[in-house]
Amino acid sequence: MSGWMRASLFITCYNDTLYPETGRAVVSLLERLGVELEFRAGQTCCGQMHANTGFRGEAFSQAKRLVRLYGDAEAVVIPSSSCVAMMRDQYPGLFEELGNETLRREFKALLPRVYELSEFLIDKLGVEDVGAYFPHRVTYHASCHGLRALQLGDRPFRLLAKVRGLELMPLANLDRCCGFGGTFSVKNGDVSSAMLTVKLEDVLRTGAEFCTALDNSCLMHLGGAMHREYAPMKTIHMAQILASTQEHPAEVVG
Amino acid sequence: MSGVSDHPVLDPALAPPFPVAALPVLRNVQLRKNVAHAIDVIQAKRARVVEEKADWQALRAAASRIKEEALENLGAYLEQFEERCTAAGGHVHWAADAGEARRIILEILREENADEVIKIKTMTSAEIQLNPFLEAAGVRTYETDLAEIILQLGKGEPSHIVVPALHVNRSQVREIFARTMGLEGLSDEPKALTAAARNYLRKKFLDVPTAISGANFLVAETGGAVVVESEGNGRMCLTLPRTLITLAGIEKVVPRFADLEVMLQLLARSATGERMNPYTSLWTGVTKDEGRGGDGPQNFHVVLLDNGRSSILGRKRERQTLRCIRCAACMNTCPVYRQTGGHAYGSVYPGPIGAILTPQLEHLKHAQSLPYASSLCGACYEVCPVKINIPEILIDLRARVTDQERETAHRFFDPMYVGMRVANMIFSRAWLFHFAQWAGRIGARLVTRKDGWIHSLPSVGAKWTQTRDLRGLPKQTFHAWWKSRERVSKGAREQGSEKAR
Repeated sequence: MSGWMRASLFITCYNDTLYPETGRAVVSLLERLGVELEFRAGQTCCGQMHANTGFRGEAFSQAKRLVRLYGDAEAVVIPSSSCVAMMRDQYPGLFEELGNETLRREFKALLPRVYELSEFLIDKLGVEDVGAYFPHRVTYHASCHGLRALQLGDRPFRLLAKVRGLELMPLANLDRCCGFGGTFSVKNGDVSSAMLTVKLEDVLRTGAEFCTALDNSCLMHLGGAMHREYAPMKTIHMAQILASTQEHPAEVVG
Repeated sequence: MSGVSDHPVLDPALAPPFPVAALPVLRNVQLRKNVAHAIDVIQAKRARVVEEKADWQALRAAASRIKEEALENLGAYLEQFEERCTAAGGHVHWAADAGEARRIILEILREENADEVIKIKTMTSAEIQLNPFLEAAGVRTYETDLAEIILQLGKGEPSHIVVPALHVNRSQVREIFARTMGLEGLSDEPKALTAAARNYLRKKFLDVPTAISGANFLVAETGGAVVVESEGNGRMCLTLPRTLITLAGIEKVVPRFADLEVMLQLLARSATGERMNPYTSLWTGVTKDEGRGGDGPQNFHVVLLDNGRSSILGRKRERQTLRCIRCAACMNTCPVYRQTGGHAYGSVYPGPIGAILTPQLEHLKHAQSLPYASSLCGACYEVCPVKINIPEILIDLRARVTDQERETAHRFFDPMYVGMRVANMIFSRAWLFHFAQWAGRIGARLVTRKDGWIHSLPSVGAKWTQTRDLRGLPKQTFHAWWKSRERVSKGAREQGSEKAR
């Protein structure tokens, strides 16, 4: 395990509002691993919702705000793969089109220091065993952005494999989208629901007690349907599993 | 073209928006089963034959370079194609739009005194609604691809660009053939069905002296054309008739004959999961020596169709759209297409490629809902043999649609548009964001049930709660927790330092 290091947490707008327990878990996990964590109060949103819905100007203004806010951060950790993908895949285009040279330079300097949580743990801290204990059957849902945009590969599985007591239940059709897609879930609510039904069948068939992911947006989608359908399964962000220990078991809300 | 046909056609100008068009399909359990089963089978086959190619990624990169090179110099390559094709005895016609292409083709047919024509499956001809036009002008059209026969005889519309009758099952095919060919005792065994189609076709191949084809590739270097197919009907249409008319989009041109080496390796594997398609026909110009009974037509016409394509060329990102070689791998892997099938897209080009191609061909005047018909999962980009970054283009097109719509009155007050403007204001200042979180929490109390979950939301949110609950807003946001924690630890530190003193 590497020595002391500083990192800044970008919790993301929807985690801040809807899933604070994920943020608390990231804090306890990273502090346990010896990371000195800071939280910048000015943060709001990365602009993904606006960008993916076609509101490019608005997305640009969020993006610009974020780059300025974290310009001097040593490392930025984000427990949401789609927000990291937004920065990697869409910021360059936005800044190319709407930004100026200074902004592009600031962004270019910042980008290599932006990490999705599992990337931060494995690539930056060099840990796989985070000392977690979570004695449950768990299945892992690979969010599309984590899988394809960030190419997280086996990182999530390596982390889960070292969690004591955890039994990983393999999920069929791992690469199939759950149908969330941000505003797609309401703009095309019926199609999105049909995709969700198909995904949920696979997820429930694993017989796991928990479905985990590195993105609460997919989990909000899957968990919302699980609750509606009285399914015997709950969703939990992977940060909460990794933060969980025998003395301090994971907070499971909902 | 809607007036010509007495049944609904896939016309982007007339089609309902995607979310509306998807509804009847989503309720049709059998159809969704047919579609999911068919594309799952093709996708699995594709995965196997792609897996065995160690150089797959290199091939994809080479193919996208070849197509980009062709598109960057499209004018020059098209002119080269015209020159070489003409030198070999062909006639090249330029059609700016669908209407012009239809007129050119009809004129050629009139010159030939043709009142019948046999056809190889061509999506481009479906794009310009050629069949209803020719039928109205008194020319009988005979599709010769099995799937196209099923659709033509059953008065159906294509739902896939490689397997157009993907949504029709065996018993439906039997019913169509029995009714239209007068074969009452026909069984629904594939062998019996293909035999029925063969009997129906054989006479047409021998009797009808004029054929219409599409092209998978045009080769600038040789002035030749390429058609790949599985059934052999294409080979018949390309060799037996006296006159051949090939309709092709201008983006079909590749610079060199050698480029086919790359393209053909990718196309069959991506399209049908075969290492090589059963029939690959390449031809250049005409058979000059009639007396010695050479193969192939004596008259060869190529109609080069623009129909909105050149308007895409100027945009670097969107230009990728024109690399498409119509393999349909994107729709076979698409989780949206898997639920809706092709007709919901209201275009002969469905699926992810249709969602970007159709609105652009329509100059964004129609099909504005298609760029939103995607969860942006990226599966399409991953399989695309010419590396079209479809999600990126979808997002670009969404921005263009939004820019175009946001100033119109009915959109200005649309809840989604209002919500987006308000959200932008909120996200621009942290204190406003925190205030909105607080206000949201108060508001959420009104709809949160005793179990802590929201079961029903108004307005746009109702589309969420129609199938999904939403956990109620927690009492404390993360940033509020962090702040209180800092206060506590700061207090503890101060206390500690006091003690030390």
